[in-house]
Order: sequence, then C-alpha cells, then structure tokens
Amino acid sequence: MDLNYKNMPTLDVAAIRKDFPILSRKVHGQDLVYLDNAATSQTPLAVIEAITHYYSYYNANIHRGVHSLSQEATDAYEQARIKVQKHFNAAHAYEVILTAGTTHSINIVASGFEALLKAGDELLVSALEHHSNIVPWQMAAEKTGAVLKVIPMLIDGTLDMAAFHAMISPATKLVFCNHVSNALGTVNPIKEIIGAAHAVGAAVLIDGAQAAPHIQADVQALDVDFYVVSAHKICGPTGVGMLYGKEKWLEKLPPYQGGGEMIATVSFEKTTYAGLPHKFEAGTPNISGGIAFGAALDYMHGIGFDKIAAYEQELLVYATKALLGIEGLEIYGTAAEKTAVVSFNIKGLHPYDIGSILDQMGIAVRTGHHCAQPIMDYYSIPGTVRASFSFYNTFEEIDRLVAGVQKAKDMLC
Amino acid sequence: MLAPIKDIQDEIVEEFAFFEDWMQRYEHMISLGKSLPLIDPEFKNEDHIIKGCQSKVWVHAALEDNKLVFTADSDAIITKGIIAILIRAFSNQKPMDILDASTDFIDEIGLKEHLSATRANGLVSMIKQIKLYAVAYQTQVKDA
Repeated sequence: MDLNYKNMPTLDVAAIRKDFPILSRKVHGQDLVYLDNAATSQTPLAVIEAITHYYSYYNANIHRGVHSLSQEATDAYEQARIKVQKHFNAAHAYEVILTAGTTHSINIVASGFEALLKAGDELLVSALEHHSNIVPWQMAAEKTGAVLKVIPMLIDGTLDMAAFHAMISPATKLVFCNHVSNALGTVNPIKEIIGAAHAVGAAVLIDGAQAAPHIQADVQALDVDFYVVSAHKICGPTGVGMLYGKEKWLEKLPPYQGGGEMIATVSFEKTTYAGLPHKFEAGTPNISGGIAFGAALDYMHGIGFDKIAAYEQELLVYATKALLGIEGLEIYGTAAEKTAVVSFNIKGLHPYDIGSILDQMGIAVRTGHHCAQPIMDYYSIPGTVRASFSFYNTFEEIDRLVAGVQKAKDMLC
Repeated sequence: MLAPIKDIQDEIVEEFAFFEDWMQRYEHMISLGKSLPLIDPEFKNEDHIIKGCQSKVWVHAALEDNKLVFTADSDAIITKGIIAILIRAFSNQKPMDILDASTDFIDEIGLKEHLSATRANGLVSMIKQIKLYAVAYQTQVKDA
C-alpha cells in the first residue's frame, strides 16, 4: 500500500505555521527546517503574547498581595493550574504542582522518597530512561541503601516486559519509566507497568515529557501515582512543568525546598507546612511561565490532540519510508507503537558529522546520546541522528531532510 | 625546514578564504580529515583521549630532533579535519614556538562560529592539549 499522504493532510499546516514566527527564519541562508522537537517545541504567538501581556499588564507577585494586580496574577496563575489539571484529568487542582520542569518534578519525588525508603528496598528503572530519570534515583538509592534494578530493553527499542514481570516483587517500592522514550520514540506499556506495580504495592512515576506533545494522558484512567512533564515540549515556555501526584502520595512526601509560600506558620521553634499544592511550591514561581503553560494547552486543544497525533503519525510513516531508501541507513527503535521520532545512523559515519552538515543546510536535528547513554551502550554506538517531528512540520521538510542526509552521506563517504 | 607557525597559519586562513561558502569549507575539512596522519593504534587509549570532545579524539606527541610531532585520530571525520588543521599548524615545531604561537587563526577562519557549541569546546580542548604537550616536552629539549 502506498499512501500518498502529501495529498491528504489532516491539518491545515500552512495556516498553523503562520502561528510560529520562528519557522519563517533562515539558518545559514536557508529556510529553517526544525526537526528537533523532542528537545524543545517551538512557541506559537498565543503563548508569546501570554508572556508579554503578563509583563505589560499585570506583573505582580501572587498569593500574597491584597492589591488588584496581585489578585489578577494569582487568578491567572491558578486558572492555568486548572487548565493543566483538566488536560491531564487530575482529580484535584491541588494535585498539580507547578514546577520548573520534568527534571525538577522528578527530583521532588526522588528526594521525598529518601524519607520513605530503607536499605534493601528495590527501585525499578527502565533501560530507556533519560538521565534525568536515572540520576536522582541513584542519589536516593545511595543515601538510603535502596537497590536500583534495571528493566532491560529489547533490540527493537521496547522494554522486556517478561523480565519486568519476573523482577517486580513485594520488595519493589517504586517503578519509574518514561511514557515515551526520548531517544527512540517507543511508547511504553505504562498501563501494564502501573497495574503490575500496584499489585505488589509499589508506586509508579511516569516521565511524560516526550509523550505530552503527542498523547493526552489521563492520570486517573492510568491510575498513575506521579506523572511529570515540561511545558516547553508542548509549545509552552522553558522553565515550567508539572508534577502530578496522587493526593495520598503528595501528603506523604516531605517538602523539597523550604521558603516562602510553602509554610502555614513559622516561628524559630516550629514551622508548619502549607497544604497542597503550596507545600511543594516554595518561593516566587515562574508566574508568566505557568500562565503561558495554560495558554499552550489552549493552543494545542484549539488544533486538537487527536488530529495532531494522526498527522504526526503520517509524518513518521513518510519519513521512515523515505529515510530507509538511503543505503546503509539504520533506524534504532522500531517498536510498533512510536511517536514521531526517527533515530538513525548511516553505516560507518559518525552522527555528529551528519548533524553538522545538515545544520549547514538549515536543518536542525539532534545528534549524540540524547541523555540516554544506556540505550547507546546497548546498541554499541556513540549516538544517533534524531529527527523528531511536530504538527507544524511538513512533508516537504522531510524531503529536505532526506536530501540533506543523502548529501551528507555523499560528502562523508 | 618547516615554515614558522605564523606563516603556516596565514596559509590556512588564505586557503579557507578561497572557498565561497561553508559547505565547501566543510568539504575541505572532510578531505583534510581523510588525509590525517594517523596515530599509532597503541596510543588510541584513555591516556591519549581528549576530554571535552563529544566525539572521541586521541592525540599523541613525541619529541623528534627537538621538535614536537603530533599524530591523532577521531571517530568523526569533521573532527579529524579540525585536528588536521591544528596538526598542520603546530606539528613538527619546537615546543617553545608552539607555546608562544597565537591561536587567532582559528577565529580568522571563522571555524568556531560554524561548529556546534560542543565541537567548539572540543576545539578549545584540543588546542589546550597541544599546548600542554608543548609545556611537558619543553623540559626535554636539548640545547643545540
């Protein structure tokens, strides 16, 4: 079956691209082809304007002033929290902690668990994790004597679920895994993982950073204990993200940082902590960022997550087929269920060389280990070239990528 | 007798100015990379690896006739091209001359702006390593 996707786009991409000023710029004299969306997505005008409007019109510190600006800013910030809550279908707005991003969210949970773990407890980590979902847990394990065990991966870039089921036991206290692998695009069977973990009484943290732009997760339907994301992967600004936690877990964990906002009463003898979500939100937050996070979700819903996912799958199929037409090109991560990410190498060539030449042609891809060195070690490669697509990318851009990779190959071989 | 470092550097700058665009310069670097005099495989080990490069780079130095001779290798071709430029500028020179030599020619070529940040850092690490070798071997130079 040869689908001619070019003639049946699901989205009006030409109109959408007008929402993103950066997409019309040039790099090295050529039209930018931005295919590093898994690192960060680009920002639509609606989000940029939410930030400028905040600073131009109602910039004030929140949750503490009696004056009008403070009230307006507080309302906008709390409205954004509710937008995030609704998007992820959290039961309560106070289960949504606005953080500095995925890494920050994971560190809050990992450092909190230090108070709950004891020597001999087991933590299961997937082999497909980003370093930010490995290192905080290694630190927690070191401090508590808990043992970190790795759920192995298979050659197609999926998790070895048979091994997972054999590993999980009543000693398991926590399982952490990404919803989607950043390096390979594999969509992990998190529902199955959560079910198995709960059966032995373990909690589950899902890193949703890579899933968020493509899949709308329903934290209640998943029954997940913690779900973490960064706004900047979903057309929002950098430096803001979400920690969703079930109320019972957030109540159990001690606060991560001390400071203003997170307290109920303070005296030199005794401080009592504020309730959720403020317990985990010490200090003045990224107010404009939080508000813009909400604006980004509004923007994405205006297009429709279903349409976005469908179109991105068309891009993925088209790109996979076209890239495999290049002799010697190997794709890493061939799971049946993938987001729009193609991680590849060309036999005998270093990914940096390919990435450098693509950059000269105005094509932005990521090269390297993608902060997932264990995956690269598994394949015995120094890294890959990763092209990751978003709903504002076009089939023509993929044609330019393929021509660029072919040209790089001709130059380097 | 090899020309002084400054003359060689001027020659490299002129050579790069000759190309019309960066794609051609990249092609030039790739061909330089392919012709790099390779390091003896026995030196491709942890002792000779340069830290700070994203692709692997090994550099070895030996004193021959009071002159420092560099050989190197990398797993990435463009990186090899960059090393080839550095070796051309600094190899087969007296350690003191290497220490005294300016590295402005790198900026004159415009190399740093056209490398990714990680590669530009790698380039700085390579130059630092070359200078460090020169410091180390300076003490072994015998008076003529």
